[in-house]
Amino acid sequence: MNEIDIQRRGFLKTTLGAAAVAVAPGMLLFQVAHGKSEGVSSKVRWGMLIDTTQCKEGCNDCVTACNRENGLSGETKATDSQWIRKIEIKDVSNGRELSLPMMCQHCEHPPCVDVCPTAASFKRADGIVLVDKHRCIGCRYCMMACPYKARSFVHEPLTDQNPDVPRGKGTVESCTLCVHRIDQGLKPACSEACPNKAIVFGDLNDANSEIAQKLRSVASTQVRAELGLNTGIRYQGL
Amino acid sequence: MSSHPPMYFKNHLYWVLLAAGGLVAAAGMYAVHMMEHHGHIISGMNNQIVWGIPHVFAIFLIVAASGVLNVASIGSVFGKAVYKARAPLASLLSIAMLAGGLTVLMLDLGRPDRIIVAATNYNITSVFAWNVVLYSGMFSLVIVYLWTMMERRMNPYNKAAGLAVFVWRFVLTTGTGLIFAFLTARQAYGSAILPPMFIVLSFAWGLAVFHMVQTVIYAWNEKSLNPDILRRKKNLLGVFLLGSLYMVATYHLTNLYFAHQSAFEHFILRDGGIYPNLFWWGYVVLGNLLPLALIYLPGLGKERCVMAASLLVILGGFALLYVFIIGGQAFPLNLFPGFDVSSSFGDGQIADYQPSLYELLLGFGGLAIAFIITTVSVRVLNFMPQDKPYIAD
Repeated sequence: MNEIDIQRRGFLKTTLGAAAVAVAPGMLLFQVAHGKSEGVSSKVRWGMLIDTTQCKEGCNDCVTACNRENGLSGETKATDSQWIRKIEIKDVSNGRELSLPMMCQHCEHPPCVDVCPTAASFKRADGIVLVDKHRCIGCRYCMMACPYKARSFVHEPLTDQNPDVPRGKGTVESCTLCVHRIDQGLKPACSEACPNKAIVFGDLNDANSEIAQKLRSVASTQVRAELGLNTGIRYQGL
Repeated sequence: MSSHPPMYFKNHLYWVLLAAGGLVAAAGMYAVHMMEHHGHIISGMNNQIVWGIPHVFAIFLIVAASGVLNVASIGSVFGKAVYKARAPLASLLSIAMLAGGLTVLMLDLGRPDRIIVAATNYNITSVFAWNVVLYSGMFSLVIVYLWTMMERRMNPYNKAAGLAVFVWRFVLTTGTGLIFAFLTARQAYGSAILPPMFIVLSFAWGLAVFHMVQTVIYAWNEKSLNPDILRRKKNLLGVFLLGSLYMVATYHLTNLYFAHQSAFEHFILRDGGIYPNLFWWGYVVLGNLLPLALIYLPGLGKERCVMAASLLVILGGFALLYVFIIGGQAFPLNLFPGFDVSSSFGDGQIADYQPSLYELLLGFGGLAIAFIITTVSVRVLNFMPQDKPYIAD
């Protein structure tokens, strides 16, 4: 074997070694992040049906679960992030009182996505509305546009983040429908935490899913239906 | 002191003015640094009032930057000599205010370091993204327009450039109005009347800024403005003020007519504390009625009156934008019509907003940038209006 062949062999070995070293951590991190190589399908549309008659005034379990799952502080100052909140409503004409959770409604036609200048706000194929934290420039136009006031702006530096739920100072965030759990085949934290099973989660497009069957049998409404946004979150008993 | 020639004091004053402007701009930069470091927590803005005082400054500057070009358009497009002589100064003010306004808007972002993302990731459905094109286009067009006026060989292209600027600034202010007009979710916005309203407001605010700067430049050069020209221009300001009052009145009247909007109108015009006060006293009385009196009342309408009227129009403009932008967000979203609503996130409550010093510094920093650009340019280039003997046209 001549000298050139040995050199070439050495070069190839080094190159392969370097490539492996370069790619391996990425592969490992992909595993750690529970990444999936296949994309989501537009045949699915994730949604929730919230039974307001089962939602108890004073119960905050869905909010607590959301805060824990997503690493939010749980504080309620005007500058703190609240991805889900309990709203108490009282009918002015007859005094009927209701309590319900309000969060990103995961609209089919989301105004936040329309107005976002950098396309950081986007709708995933399966209907989940998200913010790309690397693209968001923090202009807050989406917060002006959201009819549900579902979005929060990160006003302070963050510490102790949940690795599955990256957040960032100076960017806008909102309910992700616990996309990291959905991608692992789990339900969103709020739905799982509700003691009265008032939050039914599932695929609106699957006729056999619990949510689709329930939507067929009970009267449900979309909040601010007049805007024609076709929300993924529906309410029963409003 | 008397041993120094007058030029000495002027030179001195120029540097003092420039240093003062630089100091305010530096204070603005300091505020940006602090907001970048600590986050928007040190501003008065929050999750309910997401746009605050910086946006009032920025939108005033951008709207006035478009409106001031009216002076140029009347000259270049409609061929009025008095205005044509003022087109270079108007163009300069437009560039200066646009630069100041955009700087404020950009530096208030949560991530100003990512501004390049706004250029590389473009969402075609976003009116903000359209505005990125409209603003940069305006800059370029006005610079070309100035070139066609100030370079003799380019003079033949002046009419075409003037026409392009004329069209572009209408589109630009339409874009500014559309930022709010497209917000169907909020009671204060989501109205098709907003773009034309902003256009008419821009006429008044731009002309007011022009009057102030022109008066200062004439005084600096120890010249006095021909009274006939002053009369024409103050009458024009009066007409613009009446026009903008009409547009603002129409906006509120149409809202009052829609039952679902009346609660918001009652808030902004009567019950909302600082907002109705700023609207009626700040915008209507100080920003319109008093200037109209200064312009039209017999015996008034002299140079000082027009200067005072212009200053009041500008202050009134800030008052109106404060009411429109911050008052519009302070009124709660109506998620459940017919229900009393409460939550930990301010649902059903009037939002509270106290502008912080940092925000104010950022806003004034934008004004300072416009001031510095104007002062330096007027000093190094010839922007003094050159009137031929006055002939009414």
